[in-house]
Amino acid sequence: MLNGKLSRKRRGYIALMRTLMYACAALICALVLFLIAFVLVKGVPNISWELLSTSPSYLKERIGILPDILNTVYIVIATLFIVLPLGVGAAIYLTEYAKNKRFVAFIESAAETLSGIPSIIYGLVGMLFFCQFLGMQTSLLAGAMTLVIMNLPTIIRTTQESLKTVPQSYREGAFGLGAGKWRVIRTVALPGCVDGIITGCILSVGRILGESAALLFTAGFAHALNGIFEGLTSAGATLTVALYVYAKEQGEFGAAFAIAAILLGLTFLINLAAALTQRYFRRKKAL
Amino acid sequence: MKDKKKAFERAVHGVFLILGLTSVCCVLLITVYLIISGIPAIHEIGLIEFLFGTTWASTAAEPAYGILPFILTSVYGTAGAIVIGVPIGFMAAVYLAKVAPPKVKTVMESAVSLLAGIPSVVYGLVGMLVLVPGIRKMFHVPDGASLLAAIIVLAVMILPSIIKVSVTALEAVPKEYEDASLALGATPVETCFRVSVPAAKSGIAAAVVLGVGRAIGEAMAVMMVSGNAANMPSLFQSVRFLTTAVASEMSYAAGLQREALFSIALVLFLFIMLINATLNFFLKRSKEG
Amino acid sequence: MKKIISLLVVGVMAVAMLAGCGVTNSGGRVSTDGSTSMEKVIGALGESFMAENKNVTFTYNPTGSGSGIKAVLEGRCDIGLSSRSLKDEEKAQGLKETILAYDGIAIIVSPANPVSDLSLEQIAAIYTGEITNWQDVGGNDASIVLIGREAGSGTRDGFESITDTVDACQYRQELTSTGDVITTVSQNPDAIGYASLASVKDSVKMLSVGDVTPSEGTVKDGSYVIQRPFVLVTKDGTALSETAQKFFDYITSEAAADIISAAGAVAAN
Repeated sequence: MLNGKLSRKRRGYIALMRTLMYACAALICALVLFLIAFVLVKGVPNISWELLSTSPSYLKERIGILPDILNTVYIVIATLFIVLPLGVGAAIYLTEYAKNKRFVAFIESAAETLSGIPSIIYGLVGMLFFCQFLGMQTSLLAGAMTLVIMNLPTIIRTTQESLKTVPQSYREGAFGLGAGKWRVIRTVALPGCVDGIITGCILSVGRILGESAALLFTAGFAHALNGIFEGLTSAGATLTVALYVYAKEQGEFGAAFAIAAILLGLTFLINLAAALTQRYFRRKKAL
Repeated sequence: MKDKKKAFERAVHGVFLILGLTSVCCVLLITVYLIISGIPAIHEIGLIEFLFGTTWASTAAEPAYGILPFILTSVYGTAGAIVIGVPIGFMAAVYLAKVAPPKVKTVMESAVSLLAGIPSVVYGLVGMLVLVPGIRKMFHVPDGASLLAAIIVLAVMILPSIIKVSVTALEAVPKEYEDASLALGATPVETCFRVSVPAAKSGIAAAVVLGVGRAIGEAMAVMMVSGNAANMPSLFQSVRFLTTAVASEMSYAAGLQREALFSIALVLFLFIMLINATLNFFLKRSKEG
Repeated sequence: MKKIISLLVVGVMAVAMLAGCGVTNSGGRVSTDGSTSMEKVIGALGESFMAENKNVTFTYNPTGSGSGIKAVLEGRCDIGLSSRSLKDEEKAQGLKETILAYDGIAIIVSPANPVSDLSLEQIAAIYTGEITNWQDVGGNDASIVLIGREAGSGTRDGFESITDTVDACQYRQELTSTGDVITTVSQNPDAIGYASLASVKDSVKMLSVGDVTPSEGTVKDGSYVIQRPFVLVTKDGTALSETAQKFFDYITSEAAADIISAAGAVAAN
């Protein structure tokens, strides 16, 4: 209970801080609303079935983003295909096998270093290593490999976190029943960390969708319509790269905003999926 | 039979060990490649001339490869983004963590998550069409593509990470601290700023580190709004950052120019490692202190 | 829930594979890389080539003339595209040029700019910074904002050599593509820029140079002086793949001249 009045100084301070807080929160809300509204208003009118289902044509003066959509799907599949075994394997090693605490800390700090490197440097090294040294040329596959390294820390972290939530007693029980270490991991630890793996996947997909600097030099920006295997070995633009090219290099803002609106929608869906999965698994684990 | 099983287990252990070392290998790969590609040009141009030369004219008849303009632009740009982004983000985080009603909080947090997930090129797109003409009209400069535009875009981009990490840090402050403060007669707002915030200091510092890392490494969005001329940084001048310097000339550079670009990437990489190491060092010290 | 997720994943992969399988091109490939000014021309040519030859994949990477020359030298593409002639040192590295078409470089300003004609000397003076205000050439009282291309650009090379301003231009912005220059100039009433005639859109106004309006006709008869060749770059001594050679012959033939004209350039054949 407040006894007596507050001093003027205190009241002034409280009022100032209060105003600042509300102002900043309001500013952020306004910013988000403006961005979403601007992108949607400029983008949605340009989204047509024609845009979504055809490739760009110079002769017919038409822009279509079907190749970009397919390229994005291919690169997501390829990246996840490679990063999941690597990341989950590394996480398993860190939680189940590694005994030396300093070694574990060393590997974890390496993973953290990876997540701090800017994407343009990934693009550069990816171009040097995957495209030129390994001879993959400018291709979706080279882009996927670069994205693998970028998303490795995410997968490792989320898998590790959920592996840690598997009670040690489960493992000890399995050991007590005579199972070898690999069997224990396969039957006890892995099923227990599925939620971490899925969360990691969703986060990675979100990151892959938003990535452009790393892909610009490794996957190029071609718009050829390909099957998955053909597509992976040739250059291709993903949606985000296509957005950059249409906006900055060609001045086709209609198409650029349409892609931006699509990406906005996809980001929203991914966030929703992540939140729902987390809630589902939290409920399941609480049982 | 037992030997076979043991051998199998050993093999599995080996496989996982290799997988565990992948991240270390990747870091080594990146570092080694950058150093190998970056050193030759620095050697040929001369370290002092490279780092402190003020003219970059990579394709002139008499090429000059001084990257001081880029270094300063990146530093000023990041500093500007932090100066604008951290206070706003921090205040908003305090609001979210302490003051906001639960429904508002959920809505705002999903809005912030959306902001965090938007690809940087979308920010660049909006910046190109709204911010650049806006700056030109508001400040009566001939052209709006400038350091200021880049700073504003960067500030908006780092807001979500700052807010998220700060909110987590603030929510982790033990309730007893706040209860004690209220019991001693402080108002909720005073408790908030005089007790909770200092207690969450290390988390907020981590948020700043994250923001710095993101701002200094951003290339695409900045390339779309900053004009790309290799000038010494000035608020309304067209500028080039370390990141955009690499991105804009990479596709056609050859010979020494190309190697100089790798050196720029190396400098950027070392910069970021240095900043992270220094900030983390201070964080650890304040944690122990 | 797990079942639903795994079904979803399998479903997405199946759809992707099926969508892809339906359009597999198992035929030849021809890859081109380079000049952004040539985009419309080479894009149209590539498309009609693909329409006439089933199962052929044509790709074009818009990276700039300098980059295209480098790409063909390093073997990363079949045919390089350059919007300027090859330099001597490039020819010495074993590259061969074949002129595909001629293209004018239009000097563009915003439609809001009252100026509509400049002489070559005035343009050079503007770009070197001698003239800095529009009113000195008959326009509004405003600083001139100079927009140009990046250092490896064929368009920049052509512009600077014809106006004799090599290494002397004081650009406010150095952009990496023709489309970008057009966009930037269209948004700024005080800007001036140069871009490929074939790519100019209605969002900007073209200036006449010395009272000569840029058009296909004036480029062809040479009266519009700011022009440069669209060049196909190949490696001397190395034969092209069958598909690439077929494409090469097709685009340098007379049959392709109409497509080139429709795209805004002047065919060389």
